Amino acid sequence: MAQSEKEILDGLAEIVNEETGLETASVELDKSFTDDLDIDSLSMMTIVVNAEEKFGVRIPDDEVKNLKTVRDAVSFIASAQA
Amino acid sequence: MTTTAPQHRPTLNDRTGPAHARVWGIGGYRPERVVTNDEICEHIDSTDQWIRDRTGIVTRRFAAPDETVVDMAAAASGDALKAAGIAGSQIGAVIVATVTHPYQTPSAAASLAERIGATPAAAFDISAACAGYCHGIALANDMVRGGTAEFVLVVGVEKLSDFTDKNDRGSAFIFGDGAGAAIVGPSDFPGIGPTVWGSDGSKWKTISSRNSWIEVRNGEGDVDWPAITMEGPAVFRWAVYDMAPVAQAALDQAGIKVDDLDAFIPHQANNRITDALIKQLKLPDHIPVARDIQETGNTSAASIPLATQRMLDSGQAPHGGLALQIGFGAGLVYAAQVIVLP
Repeated sequence: MAQSEKEILDGLAEIVNEETGLETASVELDKSFTDDLDIDSLSMMTIVVNAEEKFGVRIPDDEVKNLKTVRDAVSFIASAQA
Repeated sequence: MTTTAPQHRPTLNDRTGPAHARVWGIGGYRPERVVTNDEICEHIDSTDQWIRDRTGIVTRRFAAPDETVVDMAAAASGDALKAAGIAGSQIGAVIVATVTHPYQTPSAAASLAERIGATPAAAFDISAACAGYCHGIALANDMVRGGTAEFVLVVGVEKLSDFTDKNDRGSAFIFGDGAGAAIVGPSDFPGIGPTVWGSDGSKWKTISSRNSWIEVRNGEGDVDWPAITMEGPAVFRWAVYDMAPVAQAALDQAGIKVDDLDAFIPHQANNRITDALIKQLKLPDHIPVARDIQETGNTSAASIPLATQRMLDSGQAPHGGLALQIGFGAGLVYAAQVIVLP
């Protein structure tokens, strides 16, 4: 079932928190995963796999490099659910 | 399809071996030269701390310029023969797993067999990259139990320093050189559990030589030495989330629970992969895990036997204990089995 952008953001923030220890409040739409949140490529893959499970979507390897900001990820998940 | 014996033709003899096989001894060889992360960072824009955080690697070993794959394999094999208490002449087959023997032909194995006094043992190389050693153990187990050879020497050896682009920020810090060897022979008890193995050729390019030899010869376009390159994040995802079920299947097929293990010895690809595999497998904290990568780097086919040797020599893993070993790498290919440690 499609979730709202807010629900996806909250869920994603929990996944990021679990992987990196970052506070969920710091996971904001305009933040860059690498530059702002200091998430490296391997941690990003763990986040992606957990997001696939949580949101019931498939995020291919080739797509991951396009997910530069939290907004990119939320938008991708929302459209994949739609 | 013929399902009945041919009429009026003699019946063939066939051969069977002992019911079980086991690893009799393990040996290793680490080249002398220790290479620090700082030395690697002379060629790439990185730092010692970055490499440690991303991989767990502190140092690795590089072979001398004139030191060959066969030289390293011979040293490790001598060690394994000694540990097994058998002579080279008792070896019936030599299997070398490598992707860095710099001759298309002949094999490293034939030369190695001669070097260790195993001639006229059967000898051949296999190309299964970082999973090569576990493929070799699977073959050796079947060969001993099938009666094809009484003792089989399995070697994983790499001189990756010859096939690493020292300027490639994605792979230059990962690889190291070394050799590990195991002797597989007859056993009164099951010493090697069922192998779970397979391949996924759709990911063929994720770990690959940069160019084919034909492209190198023709020298057209953007052609370079065929160093091994890797799409790190994609490989990480596969190595963790596709390989954890393979490791679990090897436990299940051996009839072993994760709590029964005395050691977990994954291919030393990256400590981050190892950490994630531990989490996926729900490996209890008290079970020792191979971390040889810290001082050895990723030595591809050699990494599991080298890590095993270190765990046995240091007393971290017990002789006679149960070890889950899993190799995974270029192909992409994988193989896993539970073994009784020699």
